Amino acid sequence: MAETKKIATRESYGNALKELGAKTENVVVMDADLAGATKTGVFKAAYPDRFFDCGIAEANMAGVAAGLSTMGLVPFISTFAMFSAGRCFEQIRNSIGYPHLNVKIGATHGGISVGEDGASHQCCEDFALMRSIPGMVVMCPADDVEARQMVQAAYEYEGPCYMRFGRAATPVFHGEDYKFQIGRAEIVRPGGDVALIATGIMVSEAIAAADILAEQGISARVINMPTIKPLDEKVVLEAAKECGKIVTVEEHNILGGLGEAVCGVVTEQRPVLVHRIGVRDKFGRSGSAAELLRQFGLCAENIAAEIRTLDCMK
Amino acid sequence: MNKERKKELQMYAVEVRELILRATNSSGTGHPGGSLSSADYFTYLYNEEIRVNPKEPKAPERDRFVLSKGHVAPALYAVLALKGYFPAEDLLTLRKIDSHLQGHPNMNTTPGVDMSTGSLGQGISAAAGMAKGAKHLGRDIHVYTLLGDGETGEGEVWEAVMFAAHYGLDNLCIAVDVNGLQIDGYTKEVMNVEPLDKKFEAFGCDVITVQGHDFCELEKAFQRFHGNKGSKKPTVILMKTIKGKGVSFMEDMAGWHGKAPNDEQLSQALKELEAERVKIREE
Repeated sequence: MAETKKIATRESYGNALKELGAKTENVVVMDADLAGATKTGVFKAAYPDRFFDCGIAEANMAGVAAGLSTMGLVPFISTFAMFSAGRCFEQIRNSIGYPHLNVKIGATHGGISVGEDGASHQCCEDFALMRSIPGMVVMCPADDVEARQMVQAAYEYEGPCYMRFGRAATPVFHGEDYKFQIGRAEIVRPGGDVALIATGIMVSEAIAAADILAEQGISARVINMPTIKPLDEKVVLEAAKECGKIVTVEEHNILGGLGEAVCGVVTEQRPVLVHRIGVRDKFGRSGSAAELLRQFGLCAENIAAEIRTLDCMK
Repeated sequence: MNKERKKELQMYAVEVRELILRATNSSGTGHPGGSLSSADYFTYLYNEEIRVNPKEPKAPERDRFVLSKGHVAPALYAVLALKGYFPAEDLLTLRKIDSHLQGHPNMNTTPGVDMSTGSLGQGISAAAGMAKGAKHLGRDIHVYTLLGDGETGEGEVWEAVMFAAHYGLDNLCIAVDVNGLQIDGYTKEVMNVEPLDKKFEAFGCDVITVQGHDFCELEKAFQRFHGNKGSKKPTVILMKTIKGKGVSFMEDMAGWHGKAPNDEQLSQALKELEAERVKIREE
């Protein structure tokens, strides 16, 4: 296989903010002393007068963003997923979600691929937390191309958005002609024996898993689901109808995330088997991103093997 | 402030208190204690201080008010009704199923409400964001927020104050209704928040302590706020107040934090307010 370009989606986030800053006057960016890691520092360097550091005080940052948005500004607030969706759940729920304010939450370092920092910094609960807030858009890009377009789309959308970006470098599989739209899934690869529905950095792993399954005579459809809420129900139901079984893949607790969102649609409208691959209700640990993904069953080889063990695949 | 004006404001505050009591009585629930302790603040703010126009509740250049202690919504609603944002009879629908008057302020249902609040500690952050936004946009907008003294137990309050001082938000006026009581009892017993003056000063604010039921003192406090323009310091007004002020059996009683008066209690309270009106007239 040819060498694939790899970029962490947090890098894409920082670059996209800078692009947005060049095109618009009303975007302001805030961070809680992690601008180097979240890559909002890229925006800060270009537009220092529109960057407000909030110090290590995430709850206040969420509330300040709510206030700024009522003045007609479009704040993007950033810290690690653990300290935004996690630490500020209630501020996001009450000060941003309840009044439906135009605040964009750019949460980096989602999932276990955070790596060496360990479980305290590996947020595998953010989709569940953010999905449960009425009116909140929840997104997670699969690669650099999608991440950059997602930032632009979030700006154009009027209302609260949560975006999860990753720390680890991730293969770029989209061409520049790809068009991201909020609420739209993408069929990355056709197939009819089973549908893999993945989000974020798991999409690349799902594609690689589909390659392994193809060698074993299984035709797997791979669906990229960059918007977890609102979910593209049409694509999920087509997969249920045409493939008869669905496997969801996410770098998140299997409780409350993409898997359960898909289950909700399928069980209500077209019951088929849905098998959830993800972090199985456990905390992470220290290690390299690659080691962790392997240990938690989230690399392509694990995913393919797990699918082969399903009764319906035998 | 001349004597006549002071009398007018005192009469207005009695009206605000009456509406608070009627609204909470009608709803059967709500928070009269802190609403009554802040009634004079609301009276002064909306009659003498804040630059707003009830006919244009969303005018971009208006001053902003954020009720960080959102549970005293009945006091805010009373003054908004008196100012003409909505009919006074709406107050009797407080907390009812079809009402726009939610238990805690909702900016999307009630005209004149600039921020949805209710979860303590969060309003002041939003107010700081508005003040920062006004500065960033180069607009001469004052942002006022009201906190409870018990509310200062929330860590977010101090995060917000630090932010306001760091960014030199001298357009932010933080008032604290220091009635010394919270739900479970006296603040000094539940969780001592004092000395609030030294704490706010240490965080970089200009602090003035006043008698919160005296309009001349409130006037002095807001003059101090205007004097701070250009100082890059947020202003904090610590208002010494009495919870339940104006109704003898509610005064300084934690039990009236979140309990509505029944019909008998309402009628007793209204008699006391009527006597207060007579007293103000005769003074």
